[in-house]
Amino acid sequence: MKQEVILTTKNLKKSYDNEQLVLKDMSFSLEKGEVVVVVGPSGCGKSTFLRCLNMLEPIDSGTISFKDQVIERDRKDAYTIRQKIGMVFQSYDLFPHLTILGNILLAPLKVQKREKQELIQEAEQLLKRVGLLDKKDAYPRQLSGGQKQRVAIVRALMMHPEILLLDEITAALDPEMVREVLQVVLELAKEGMTMVIVTHEMEFAKAVSDRVLFMDQGLVVEEGKPEDFFTSPQTERAKQFLNTFHYEAI
Amino acid sequence: MQNLGIQVLFQGNNFLRLCGGLWQSLQIAVISMVLSIVLGMILGIVMTSPKKLVRFLCRIYLEIVRIMPQLVLLFLVYFGAAKHLNINLPGSWAAVIVFTFWGAAEMGDLVRSALQSIPVHQYQSGFGLGMTKLQVYRYVIIPQTVRRLLPSVMNLLTRMIKTTSLVVLIGVIEVVKVGKQIIDSSRYTVPDAALWVYGVIFIMYFAICYPFSRAAAMLDKKIKD
Repeated sequence: MKQEVILTTKNLKKSYDNEQLVLKDMSFSLEKGEVVVVVGPSGCGKSTFLRCLNMLEPIDSGTISFKDQVIERDRKDAYTIRQKIGMVFQSYDLFPHLTILGNILLAPLKVQKREKQELIQEAEQLLKRVGLLDKKDAYPRQLSGGQKQRVAIVRALMMHPEILLLDEITAALDPEMVREVLQVVLELAKEGMTMVIVTHEMEFAKAVSDRVLFMDQGLVVEEGKPEDFFTSPQTERAKQFLNTFHYEAI
Repeated sequence: MQNLGIQVLFQGNNFLRLCGGLWQSLQIAVISMVLSIVLGMILGIVMTSPKKLVRFLCRIYLEIVRIMPQLVLLFLVYFGAAKHLNINLPGSWAAVIVFTFWGAAEMGDLVRSALQSIPVHQYQSGFGLGMTKLQVYRYVIIPQTVRRLLPSVMNLLTRMIKTTSLVVLIGVIEVVKVGKQIIDSSRYTVPDAALWVYGVIFIMYFAICYPFSRAAAMLDKKIKD
């Protein structure tokens, strides 16, 4: 069954301060309901790529289109399209001056101007699902990293995004908290949420993804189904990368 | 008992006059402070501009204000306007102009550092949620900035209240000047008046500034928690 393509990039190029290219030539397309995991060594450009998809970073050349509509950072409709592309960051970045509920409701209330009562109901349902309903009146500083990150996911979901971008969302967490966050992401994937995920958790990547992109030095070096990529990578670079996750017994 | 000097405070309406003088001081300080906050907010945002020239000009303004004693500024504006521009500013106006010129610079620098202390990710999560620049500032950045600013604004306000004692030198009848008038007029009848009058002025300044500096300290502590 051919699915609808909702996000594509063509020949995306990006550099910081006109120095070396961080993204050399990224062409990519994402189907509705698909979960794509981007892996690769540090500095390979995977986070930058994700941030470009959300127009948080300006690009040098190439195009990004959302549902056949080319999107640009400087255009007015960038803000409308960004609502459809939710993003969760490594450092969760809840707003410290608002309660959990305040954090979750801010954007739907102010940006989408939705009904408050209805939003509170929805927020409470989502918080319950991630096991944090009792924290709704707490402030972010009273929560653990894993809890904050789950709230950040709920905050993004409240905007009803069509795509969710997750940028190393467990990289700053203690190992024990990684699971509670990734569990939430796995459930979202089961429900058919379209996601692009940058992660260093290979086991999780294997479990959650429909497709894996392996990036190195600003290029997609290898692309494939997770069962193929993780068991028999085709390129030397990918083999080398995956080997760094294995340790030989002494 | 008759020569203690304390009675000078209760002669005629001396105490009320002192209060009137204090009111004049407070008016200058508070009006200047309100103007400084408004202008300082704008200046602070301008000072975070990516344009080097803009930042440089702001820097020069700030340094000029910091280097110049307030008294010199007061003389420059009060006498300068009269002599060179032929404008006879009332002393209290000149004072408000100078204090605002000073306060806006200090405030601008405070706002700049508060803005810069907000992590860039706060902006990005706002944008990531589809907020416009204006919304991000209004709902995310400014509320956090204000919290961080309150203690230092209180501090600036108390400094400003105290510095109003300079405006006597450009002829504004504020609390110190009134005190001096009272002392002079009772020079022969109550030779010890000075001690009492200045004592009362001291207590007045203290009574006004202390709550502000306490509030600043408390807010500071609360924010750090």
